[in-house]
Amino acid sequence: MRYSGAVLSVRGATKRFGGLVAVDALDFDVAEHQVMGLIGPNGSGKTTMMNLISGALQPTAGSIALKGARISNLPAQEITRRGVGRTFQLVRLLPSMSVLENVIAGAVFGHRHRWGREAEDHAHRMLERVGLEAMAFAPISALTYIDQKRLELARVLAGDPELLLLDEWLAGLNPTELETGIELIHDLRGEGRTIILVEHVMDAIRSLCDNCVVMSSGKKIAEGNPADVLADREVVRAYLGDEDA
Amino acid sequence: MTASGFQELAIAALLVVLAAFIPMLSDGYWLSIAVTAMMYIALSTSWVLFSGPTHYISLASGAFFGVGGYLVATGMSDYDLSFWLMAAAAPVVATILAALIGLATLRLSGVYFVIFTLGLAEMIRNIVSWVQNNFLGSRGLYVLTDFTEAHIYWMLLGITAAVYLLGWFVNRSRIGFALRIIGNDETVARHVGINTATPKVILFMTTGFFAALVGAVIAPRYSYIEPNQVFSPELSFLVVIMALLGGSGRLWGPVVGVIPFTLVWEFVAVQFPNQTTLFIGLVFLLIVYGLPHGVVGRLEQLAASVRERRNA
Amino acid sequence: MDILVSGLLLAGTYALMAMGLNLQYGVARIMNLANGEMLVLGALAAFWLFVTYQVSPMLTLFIVAPVSFAGNWLIYRIFLRPLVRRSKSQGQLEVDSILATFGMSFALVGIMVSIHGEYFTYKYLSEPITLLGTTVALNRFVAFLVAVLIAGALYLWLNRTRPGVAVRAVAVDTEAAGLVGINVPRISAIAFAIGGAVTSVGGSLISTFITLDASIGVIFTMKALIIVIMGGVGDIRGAIVAAIILGLVETAVATLIDPGLTLAAAYLIFLAVLLFRPQGIFGRRAT
Repeated sequence: MRYSGAVLSVRGATKRFGGLVAVDALDFDVAEHQVMGLIGPNGSGKTTMMNLISGALQPTAGSIALKGARISNLPAQEITRRGVGRTFQLVRLLPSMSVLENVIAGAVFGHRHRWGREAEDHAHRMLERVGLEAMAFAPISALTYIDQKRLELARVLAGDPELLLLDEWLAGLNPTELETGIELIHDLRGEGRTIILVEHVMDAIRSLCDNCVVMSSGKKIAEGNPADVLADREVVRAYLGDEDA
Repeated sequence: MTASGFQELAIAALLVVLAAFIPMLSDGYWLSIAVTAMMYIALSTSWVLFSGPTHYISLASGAFFGVGGYLVATGMSDYDLSFWLMAAAAPVVATILAALIGLATLRLSGVYFVIFTLGLAEMIRNIVSWVQNNFLGSRGLYVLTDFTEAHIYWMLLGITAAVYLLGWFVNRSRIGFALRIIGNDETVARHVGINTATPKVILFMTTGFFAALVGAVIAPRYSYIEPNQVFSPELSFLVVIMALLGGSGRLWGPVVGVIPFTLVWEFVAVQFPNQTTLFIGLVFLLIVYGLPHGVVGRLEQLAASVRERRNA
Repeated sequence: MDILVSGLLLAGTYALMAMGLNLQYGVARIMNLANGEMLVLGALAAFWLFVTYQVSPMLTLFIVAPVSFAGNWLIYRIFLRPLVRRSKSQGQLEVDSILATFGMSFALVGIMVSIHGEYFTYKYLSEPITLLGTTVALNRFVAFLVAVLIAGALYLWLNRTRPGVAVRAVAVDTEAAGLVGINVPRISAIAFAIGGAVTSVGGSLISTFITLDASIGVIFTMKALIIVIMGGVGDIRGAIVAAIILGLVETAVATLIDPGLTLAAAYLIFLAVLLFRPQGIFGRRAT
């Protein structure tokens, strides 16, 4: 595959679980500094697609390339080292470690090797970045839900990812928290990061994304800027069913 | 963190120096118990190096220990090699063995690893007796040296100190940090860029190295060795029990478990020789239901709640 | 031919004990390392009743099965259920259940040693019969038939009855089974109890043709685990094929090389499975 200028190119990505096709021949590109929304009804294969990119799952067919270099079929740790960072749909933290250590974990083994003082300073900067510096030495059990989400994000940012995958990062937040959360992603966007966002919160999609890919039953049914895509008849039908369309 | 780290190291050094005087103060019965205790301290501390952070329960100690003892015995008895040569070679063999086992099992879920190590000592024992019976002639092996109990004790103390020092460094190194992350959540570990198999295999090899070294060093104590007896599955379990009883969350946890357990064990073995198996079972149950984080974990909990009450 | 026949006959009882373990690990999610002791308990009961009251081991089965069922049910409720409740993750439950069942395993061995510390030696149906041109002891053949009968009944129960389907549903997905109204704790307890009962019955059968002793359980635990992993966790069909492979290989090694090397042979198979098919013979690669 030639380097087309896209940070991420997905071509024909397919994932089968036995007879079920969770992701069906998906194609899309993510350009640099672009925020792309991956949306679709529940069970449409969005999280599976994220897992294929991050290496948590191996695709059955198709290829995924990061800046022109093929990353599909590499183990997750190798993909991380090449610059893909992700959060998980259900927050995953390291419960026996402090907040700071959780972030250091992200800083040490990524594509830049930091250790000791350097890793610690870097982790503190990341905590500041997500507004969690005050909790640096707290145990994980002391964190509220949005703080846990912030911490996971700080851990991912600590690895200096070239591509950031946020899997329903805004899900489960209350209205005030949601505002804070959207603002935080807005800031990341302002920094010129390349992000793929799996999200159900439509306000967030509208205000954050440059581009959207809509999935339904594993297939891509629409692509384009959020306003157009969300007005698309087929997309509305996929979300709401035929009668409401 | 660094200050308390060096403080811990200083306390450990002081304890090692104090422990070195034990053979001067006692002999006979108590020295022999001290040798046994020191053996288990070395074994369970090296067990904790790997199993503490990862929570992978290794039952391979008996196999590696046996490799150490058997190689020393067969080398000295069958091939007239020196004790020192064999004591140096045995751990290397065990390390290679550990690497092979680790590569085969540690890429998979922890259950496979436990199961594989469960029968390991027994299987190696079977192979060794088969080789011994068919090719080398079935007879016992002699390990004759000039070592006294005190010498053996000091060697074991030296090994323990080395294990501890190594563990101290590992805990402050990238590999130790990686291991803690793996123990917390292996998926996260991979997604922060850790090649999870490597640190696990390396630390497991370290455990194998030290268990075989202990087996080699303790061999002269028995002078006459039956290949059948050095591969003891029971030893693997005793090491696990003592490490967990003390607490596998800290490098010095096992010491806290070994000393009382060895004393009680001696008592049970003498007073109720037929009930030792039952006793092991009951202690396992006590640990799971009463002391899931060991004595050290329980003490830390108490300390934390006292602090909380004081702050409140 | 000798090897083939004796290997197959041995495989019958192996399949039975692996089915027992499969129910306990595949459904109740308990890695039961005291499984071998359940087997030895069944053997001890058969031996003791035969020697003391001349009860036929085939009648003993009718005592062993319900007693073992009740005993395992109680073990699950009293000891294992609390571990399931307190564990935050599957990994932690695995570590806890491994340690707890180690404890039970040692405690049971200790108790059995104090009941009967010697070998369980007795003669039952030991006259030779000719089968497919080879001579085998009648007891092996009878044990095989009974094992096949029980395994078949269990298979039908799992596939054709309502409670059986519930058990399989829990095996596939604990959470989803709970959502469709299956009482997961209850089904888990029942599966664990049936698993234990089946294993004990296997023990009574095995004791008619292999001389056991109180501390041999761990070897059988090992073998059952190897069969379950080789066959694929929760896969009954795989377990049967795996039991046949293990039975044949062990018999071949014992006959051709040395009976002392059967465990080593089992390990060799285990290693091959771990390296090449960790998902089991029929299992799909889990990614």
